[in-house]
Amino acid sequence: MFAAMTNNEKTRAPKLTDRFRNLNDTGMLLTITIIVFFAMYIFAILFLGEGFRTPQTFFNLLNTNGALLITSCGLCVVMIAGGIDISVGGVVALVSMSCAVYLDYHDGSVLGSIGIAVGIGLAFGLVQGFLVAYLDIQPFIVTLAGMFFARGMITIVHDAPFNVAHEGFQTLKNTRVEIPGVGSVNKLGVFVNSYVEIGVVVAVLIVVILFFVLRWSKLGRSLYAVGGNRQSALMLGINVKRTVFLSHVICGLLAGIGGFVYFLHVGSGSASHAMGMEMNAIASAIIGGTMLTGGVGSIVGTLFGVLSLAVIQNIVSSAGLDQAWWTGITIAAMLCLFLVIQSIVMARKKKMMKK
Amino acid sequence: MSKNEGKRLDTQAMPAKRFNKQLLIPLAALAALALFNLIVDPSFFKISIGENSAGDPVLSGYLITILDYGSELAILAIGMTLVTAASGGQDISVGAGIAIAGSVILRVVCGSEGSTEMQAPLIVAFLIACVVSMLFGAFNGTLVAYFKIQPMVATLILFTAGRSIAAWINNNELPTVADPSFAYFGGFFPGVPIPSPFFIAVACMIIIALVLKFTNLGLYTQAVGINGSSSRLNGINPEFIKFLSFVILGLCVAVAGFIKVSRLSTINYSVIAKDIEMDAILAVALGGNALSGGKFNMTASILGAYVIQFLTTTLYKMDVQSSALSAYKAIVVIALVVLSTPVVRSYISKFIKMIKPKKQEEVV
Repeated sequence: MFAAMTNNEKTRAPKLTDRFRNLNDTGMLLTITIIVFFAMYIFAILFLGEGFRTPQTFFNLLNTNGALLITSCGLCVVMIAGGIDISVGGVVALVSMSCAVYLDYHDGSVLGSIGIAVGIGLAFGLVQGFLVAYLDIQPFIVTLAGMFFARGMITIVHDAPFNVAHEGFQTLKNTRVEIPGVGSVNKLGVFVNSYVEIGVVVAVLIVVILFFVLRWSKLGRSLYAVGGNRQSALMLGINVKRTVFLSHVICGLLAGIGGFVYFLHVGSGSASHAMGMEMNAIASAIIGGTMLTGGVGSIVGTLFGVLSLAVIQNIVSSAGLDQAWWTGITIAAMLCLFLVIQSIVMARKKKMMKK
Repeated sequence: MSKNEGKRLDTQAMPAKRFNKQLLIPLAALAALALFNLIVDPSFFKISIGENSAGDPVLSGYLITILDYGSELAILAIGMTLVTAASGGQDISVGAGIAIAGSVILRVVCGSEGSTEMQAPLIVAFLIACVVSMLFGAFNGTLVAYFKIQPMVATLILFTAGRSIAAWINNNELPTVADPSFAYFGGFFPGVPIPSPFFIAVACMIIIALVLKFTNLGLYTQAVGINGSSSRLNGINPEFIKFLSFVILGLCVAVAGFIKVSRLSTINYSVIAKDIEMDAILAVALGGNALSGGKFNMTASILGAYVIQFLTTTLYKMDVQSSALSAYKAIVVIALVVLSTPVVRSYISKFIKMIKPKKQEEVV
């Protein structure tokens, strides 16, 4: 109704901007993200040349950020339901250390380590979800404690960083999935197919599953409803507490799986792994158009958020600003920018409500 | 929303009782910790007079360590309490902020050449650091107050970027100050056997006590925290109060950063004040202040800070690795927060009614 009213007022405006105005929040934030991503990628191709033109560069973005993609999806789910989880980085690091210790010191199997990863993730999700949903504690406090707990546990599990030499694990780590038909000609003049790691396949699967869950399942619908307005969700007969609980469980589970994918990519355990990953995951979700206030967001947006973040990192490093601190500063600046955009969107929404 | 309402009802229901109880929480925690140490190893409480490297007599012992290292935390707790009360959220960028403040001080003192001699008077360096920290506080405050971003998310920006910015200020070098007078503020003044950070902390406490007594800051902060809209109707500007609380926290961060760099006479960007944000939040929570904003008790927070330091020192003494400390503290935080939730509280009060005064200790 509000959309229709503004439509009448702005009949003279050009058609494209009109359509842009009538987009709902999800659509608008998503559009901004996709535009930003393509703009940056085209900028990189035009001005930073060479590297960005080969398809493999694009797939390498996925290879290095597979774990981030999975954890960001988890965060997206939690944030849609109106919560937040900053323990994911710690969980990822804890998972990779536990798996590393299990494989090398306890002669474990790869399957067992996957079990450990999922178990740790689920445990964090269940406990945090219970505390947030049923005891009504602020999610930030709970997950902040979760983050510090996970970080502290890493040193208790094992205190020195080491590389994993387990054979079965190495085979899995080095497995590459080639993408038929996409590739580039290398220096010897041979056409080489582009490849992705196993982790990326997992990540893409998760993205697809979550996309359908959020769009068409009962759970997905209730997540949006609870995040949008708790009171009305309650009145609609949605089990609010259970939905919030489930959102944290999903996030924890995905952090566990993301941890294993991260472990698969780096092949080592260390207390300094995944430092600041929670920040990157939150940043990608926010850049992907997920609102901190809940109720707004999409998995596709999160995918583009991760890609945008990855492209920015690549641009920063290939522009010669190699020092580690530049990455932190650019991501923070980008996050700040998108937060401000969100805040403006919110203000605009409020104005529309008043009309 | 519903959470806040729950808390508010809770405070309305028993305001007097709650206020009296508030100091009891940190005191009981302190007593429990002291008792634990007394049983495990009574030498914990021994204070002896030793000599520092300059040959001056100084006090040493675990209790002195707590007073010494608890100072930064107590100073941060002052600012954090105000931020928590006004905005209903916490600033998690204080550790990064300390890195920035310390970096600024060293940059000014050592100059661009990175020489070990003092290039500028210390007071100038300190004042510049204060201004820079307050600017960063203002940045956080603007995001929270005017852009209405959740405090913890808004400060997440500086939490990530802060240490990078600190490294950037000094070009990633680690300047060292050789002048012994620089180390006085984090160590001992010649001839004074009590660590100087303690005096700085006491000075800060006196200032905040005077401010709370003679200005409306405390009242306004609580009013904004309890209900922003109704405080606006009463003529308070809630945005400005929130903004101001973050700026004050910035000032506290600068003082804490000054002590931190003075302790080492140098800086390590990734390690300095690591995990201190957790301790500061914990201090506020332990002081019995609602983390969702509203009423606060400054004394309880400051006491809470020293209790946290007591806990840290105890854990250190039991040979817990410094990187594993956070796991134990996280458990303490969760336990505290769980105990303070309305759901659990109602269970406990039922429990107390069943067995009357006996279980008083456990509630706390």
